[in-house]
Amino acid sequence: MDEPGLKNIADRVLAASAADQTEVLIFGSHSALTRFANSYIHQNVARTGFEVSVRAVIGKKIGIAATNILSDESLKAVAEKAVTLARHQKENEDFRSLPGPAPLPQAHAYSQRTADCTPEQRASVVATICDAARREGVTAAGAFKTGVSEIAVANSLGVFAYNRDTHASLNTTMMSATSSGYASRLSIDIDDIDGTALAAEAIDKCLRSTDPIAIDPGEYEVILEDYAVTDILDFFAYLSFGAQAYQEKRSFMTDHLGEKVMGENITIWDDGLSPETIANPFDFEGVPRQRVDFIVGGVAKGIVYDTYYAGKEGKTSTGHALPAAVTFGPVPSNMFLAAGNASKEEMLASVERGIWVSRFWYTRPVHPLRVIVTGMTRDGTFLIEKGKITAPVRNLRFTQSYLDAMNQVELIGGETRLHEAIAGVSRVPALKIRSWAFTGATEF
Amino acid sequence: MRELVMRALDTARARGAGYADVRVVGRKSESITVRNRNVEALTADETMGFGVRVLVDGYWGFAGSNRMTLEEADQAAAEAVRIAKASARAGGPRADLGPPEVHQDAYRTAFAKDPFAVSLDDKIALLIVVNEQMMKVKSIVMAESNLYYQRENKTFASTEGSYIEQELIETGCGIEATAVGDGEVQKRSYPNSVGRHQGTEGWEFVERYDLPGNALRVAEEAAALLTAKPCPSGVTTIILDGSQLALQVHESCGHAIELDRVLGTEAAYAGTSFLTVDKLGVLQYGSGVVNLTADATIPGGLGTFGYDDEGVPAQSTPIVREGVFLGYLMSRETAAMLGMRSNGTMRAADWNHIPLIRMTNVNLEPGSWRLEDLIADTDDGLYMETNRSWSIDDRRLNFQFGTELAREIKNGKLGDLVKNATYTGITPQFWGSCDAVCNRDHWVVWGTPNCGKGQPEQVAHTGHGAAPARFRNIQVGLVR
Repeated sequence: MDEPGLKNIADRVLAASAADQTEVLIFGSHSALTRFANSYIHQNVARTGFEVSVRAVIGKKIGIAATNILSDESLKAVAEKAVTLARHQKENEDFRSLPGPAPLPQAHAYSQRTADCTPEQRASVVATICDAARREGVTAAGAFKTGVSEIAVANSLGVFAYNRDTHASLNTTMMSATSSGYASRLSIDIDDIDGTALAAEAIDKCLRSTDPIAIDPGEYEVILEDYAVTDILDFFAYLSFGAQAYQEKRSFMTDHLGEKVMGENITIWDDGLSPETIANPFDFEGVPRQRVDFIVGGVAKGIVYDTYYAGKEGKTSTGHALPAAVTFGPVPSNMFLAAGNASKEEMLASVERGIWVSRFWYTRPVHPLRVIVTGMTRDGTFLIEKGKITAPVRNLRFTQSYLDAMNQVELIGGETRLHEAIAGVSRVPALKIRSWAFTGATEF
Repeated sequence: MRELVMRALDTARARGAGYADVRVVGRKSESITVRNRNVEALTADETMGFGVRVLVDGYWGFAGSNRMTLEEADQAAAEAVRIAKASARAGGPRADLGPPEVHQDAYRTAFAKDPFAVSLDDKIALLIVVNEQMMKVKSIVMAESNLYYQRENKTFASTEGSYIEQELIETGCGIEATAVGDGEVQKRSYPNSVGRHQGTEGWEFVERYDLPGNALRVAEEAAALLTAKPCPSGVTTIILDGSQLALQVHESCGHAIELDRVLGTEAAYAGTSFLTVDKLGVLQYGSGVVNLTADATIPGGLGTFGYDDEGVPAQSTPIVREGVFLGYLMSRETAAMLGMRSNGTMRAADWNHIPLIRMTNVNLEPGSWRLEDLIADTDDGLYMETNRSWSIDDRRLNFQFGTELAREIKNGKLGDLVKNATYTGITPQFWGSCDAVCNRDHWVVWGTPNCGKGQPEQVAHTGHGAAPARFRNIQVGLVR
């Protein structure tokens, strides 16, 4: 659709609502994904869809209804359903108001080339990757996803916000009988996605990790590639940097703003308008996104808010609301971990005996307050001895406090890369960390 | 409906599809979440759309849309065919679905009380009461309770001549209490963790679990955990409660027996499996008391239905008998690769996704023990309840689970509370160490409504019948 089309839907819903305040959130998307494994395409899909969600407010009572049917009758019905639900509600004394209008910044996250991508283009890139795998005697698996997303937020206080963006993401895992290697890229522009380079990176990792040796779990120095580091930011976003967890004292940030909580070399922030992210000018309430510093030089500085949780502290939203039906509270969407100036070669040379980790897998929180997480390494784990990689090792389980790890970062990579994140994207460098707790090993 | 479905099949055929199927899915759902006495989300969702899946010269294509018009049926079918033709560009084997599946039938979930017919006021009142019970306990910072129920109407038709209509009802509920203090955050959940427990039943499901009668206990346990002993580190005997065991089955057996993973098509994302085809019928997966069955026919199970999303009838399949690995979850295509016939496990999360091999109800069959006797028979160990964390490697071997609560077992009796309990192991060794499973009196088909797999990721609803069971020589306590 387009901006006038979504505005028309929003206006029809607002006109049909008898609530004191009404919010309309509209998602539209056309996305396609070409998936390959065993070096051929085994799944190839496309879908088009819209969803309209209505939040109706009567006094301090709130009801939410959603539909993906865009007929006049359906839009009127969804508005009425939201009002009916609100009428059955109990008063929520913590609710203040929907947000009012504010000047919206512009974002530039759209590429016509990506929007126009065809199944033949995706298949051609995948064929390149599969051919490279065959030449090297390994097998390729992965997915190439492209799409256009639209979002519009409108409310009866005068908010109307519209944005559209594109995304192109490609990942591949190359496999031999005893090893694997992974690489991925994410951009708004399909022209940034180089399938040949991606295949080469994953093949190199796969070939270097054949016939891994077993090593004993224990405390090791580690070099985490950016693929692994993005997981650390995900858990801070999920467990620690949102106002809900903060206010309920479930976050390590609670009662520690202004204090040093991480190493002095660590700076983490969220900035939805940076040209180095997939820019994202407003949240799901239509509130403009603000830059929020979480950690500056190791010191806890701030957290993100939506309108509801900001209201509980007498503050204003930072523009980090999730859709109203989600009860998780606000979360960061465009996180950054500040780069350092080390190259991966320098990091490697600094390790006496340690582990090179390409990627984490199946990570889950074990202790939310201390941000203790368990998970596995995957797709390229190596032993480092006296500054050199000496052998591939079998995958390891870790059980490690990410918070403690951020107090033990010795070197930070000079380059950062964009990755998909828990509620958006993150841009992170590689890290060298003094000590990491590997608590088990697996059989491959 | 029939006109749109037939139009899509006709267009797909006319454009060159050798096989096509169409699924139309309409889903109505409602959810209520009460958090700290506030109804934070009261939502009603309604979605409808269709997906066209085609094979052109043995290569797959799929397109879906929520515009329910004949023109859109043409457009989606044509797009699916174009995509399938593009799939051929990377080469590879041509898909073979094996023998035709032709069924014309209708199926409806059997339920006693329509969850949509219960008044909204009564539902909200129930959750408010539950929250108030939990908030009576001083250290509780977050009390949350929720209800979810959905009605899904699915129509499946294929160019082989199938036309199947299904109406599936699900109802779920859950409560959580989170306590903070003494440098700890501790949570207790009921009846299951990770949001809620769910089944293909009506409102009777919620009534059976008596949320108000359990709320205070749940909150008190969360508060007590703040000052409980930390989990010791070492090797010991553990008894897992049914809900934790259900997740153990889900992760270390259910995902491992998905034949698409075994054959490599989930390799880049969900991973593969250690249960490769050379192990079928020969591998000692567990001890002699371990019997597992995949059964999509159990009344009330969250993985229960009439037909899968390839139009194959729901079935019961032996997976492990007396410890020996015997069976996979299969699609038509993967079954044909092994010269077998699908056991009906292909399911899509919605109209806009393709079906994947998903767990139905993968059950650990009950044994003969009463739980009291099993505890009395255990000299030293831990009784562990309700999942808190879960992680397993991409071939489903090395796992680590944490539970919300554990209790010491000393000389055949339950003792002190233990917090932050974890256990870890390697799948076949772990199941090999199982020496006792409790009987049918303790057996529940636990619903797991949050199983992720595939790209774009799909969330499936699966079930797992389980009763408490005992495992010897297990590593516990790896959180420092």
